[in-house]
Amino acid sequence: MRGLRKHFPIRSGVLLRTHAWVRAVDDVSFSVEPEETLGVVGESGCGKSTLARLILRLLEPDAGTVMFLGEDLLAAGRARLKRLRRDMQLVFQDPHASLNPRMTIEDAVAFSLTVHGAGRRAARARGWGLLERVGLDPRLYGRRYPHELSGGQRQRVNIARALVLDPKLLVLDEPVSGLDKSVQAQVLNLLQDLKVERALTCVFISHDLNVIEYVSGRVLVMYLGQVVETGTVDALTEAPKHPYTQALFASAPTMDPLRRLERPPITGDPPNPVNPPSGCRFRTRCAYVMPRCADATPPLIPLAPDHHVACYLYDGE
Amino acid sequence: MDTSTLAPPITPADVETVVGAPMSYWRTVAWRLRQDPATIVAGALLLLIAFSAILAPVLAPYDPNVGSIRLRLAPVGAPSHLLGTDEQGRDMLTRLLWGGRMTLLAGLTPVLVGFVFGTMLGVLAGYVGGVTNTVIMRTMDVFYAFPAVLLAIAISGSLGPGLWNTLISLSVVFIPRVVRVAESATVQVKSLEFVAAARASGSGVWPIMRHHLLANVLGPVLVFSSTQVSLSIILAAGLSFLGLGVTPPAAEWGLMLNTLRGSIYVNAWVPALPGVAIFLTSMAFNLLSDGLRDAMEIRV
Repeated sequence: MRGLRKHFPIRSGVLLRTHAWVRAVDDVSFSVEPEETLGVVGESGCGKSTLARLILRLLEPDAGTVMFLGEDLLAAGRARLKRLRRDMQLVFQDPHASLNPRMTIEDAVAFSLTVHGAGRRAARARGWGLLERVGLDPRLYGRRYPHELSGGQRQRVNIARALVLDPKLLVLDEPVSGLDKSVQAQVLNLLQDLKVERALTCVFISHDLNVIEYVSGRVLVMYLGQVVETGTVDALTEAPKHPYTQALFASAPTMDPLRRLERPPITGDPPNPVNPPSGCRFRTRCAYVMPRCADATPPLIPLAPDHHVACYLYDGE
Repeated sequence: MDTSTLAPPITPADVETVVGAPMSYWRTVAWRLRQDPATIVAGALLLLIAFSAILAPVLAPYDPNVGSIRLRLAPVGAPSHLLGTDEQGRDMLTRLLWGGRMTLLAGLTPVLVGFVFGTMLGVLAGYVGGVTNTVIMRTMDVFYAFPAVLLAIAISGSLGPGLWNTLISLSVVFIPRVVRVAESATVQVKSLEFVAAARASGSGVWPIMRHHLLANVLGPVLVFSSTQVSLSIILAAGLSFLGLGVTPPAAEWGLMLNTLRGSIYVNAWVPALPGVAIFLTSMAFNLLSDGLRDAMEIRV
């Protein structure tokens, strides 16, 4: 792709609910290089899906900027935004809610094209091509309704719909979380193939570490709306630095029954994002908590050129 | 079912001819409706009532408003008056046929008006949300706070009797009800991911409303509206029974009930006839809407 860099320094998306503020995504900055896959991991409710919607400007951030191919997405007017949206698409988590139950598969895939002014016939023909590419014979499935399809098939339709506009950036919000393990592998392989084939840049959101390890080049670990650690997937799996990342990787069950985890490395639920703890948000559950953790949020400290961690344990060393 | 292994490569001609295409949603609903005996009976009865009402000028053996003093309150089965005559000696069969026109018109129109305007307002309130939603929904709540009968009587009473005023007052009764259903359905559908996906593909408000919202909101609204038809018919008949609807001498079932009320001790069967007609019609509409609800309840 034209050697451009993509930057997504997003700062502070805050969801408004009259009196209380849910700090779903709070001061998150990162960038994605072209043709890279950035994995985003974190527990439920840490703001991963909100982040996905912020990237695509489906939600308006309260502060911060989103740069896409050198262009400020938040400054784009309506027509420009419509054009830009062709280049960035989203695959959703829930295969039930993400397809219109009253729309046939072929119409669902072709809809985005008609939005951008394609004729019905041309749109349908292109939709058919993509359905076939994702492994659904359009002559068998084209006129079916979503409820007639399995979860894996629906997710294939979602992928076809996202790709029909030929996007450069694909944001995948837990694309395989609702699927069986065997189907997960099929869909992940399909995504990997498509990514190479179409030189896609991906932001892959998941809570499943195995999936993240499998697809990502770099990984962003989120906790309660903030980034706690970023690094290459190898660096993070081999030597996670942040106590939360360590705990997260330690929590993943191993295949060896003898190495059963006697004590879960982190207990309890994350604190309420409406009223997060002061300073480091992980301090309430952290094994290495220090007095200064309560004072201020630790900044992202560089450990290696491509490895940053937000923890005072690594400050000044 | 597994023909995929046999399928040849896709050619452009295939785009028009589809193998194994299932029925569309509405065709499936129509098919399911035809499988339900109660719906068939109710539908047939309603067709009969509708036809007889429409064709009243052709079918009716007498003039609905001209009676004969000598033949007052003839019993059911009297010679030349199959269903007897009323207190002014007018043929009951004729008046029931003509009355059906009025009652059906006054019963169906408000629901239709409610369906159209209620859906528009409800989808608008649900989709736009915020202040618009608050203004529309709280206004509707004001109307909703009154019992349907009381509201209809109050509006009709202040507007005065007449068919038009009946239609207006009943429409005011039904619009808020439909708005509520449409709004809650819209809010529910709006939050689903396929709407976000449409937005993410750059779609504007209108295509989303047309293809994604309305298609999913119309079903529940249609079912709800169909349940309201029988209520509307009873309300319309009730208004004219109270003298707030159609003005005499026009034939209307509710009005006929009122004018024949005094004759119930002389000849019980004749005054009962308009009541039976109202009962049968509203019952048939209820059965039909039940059937419609069942038929549209397809797992999605």
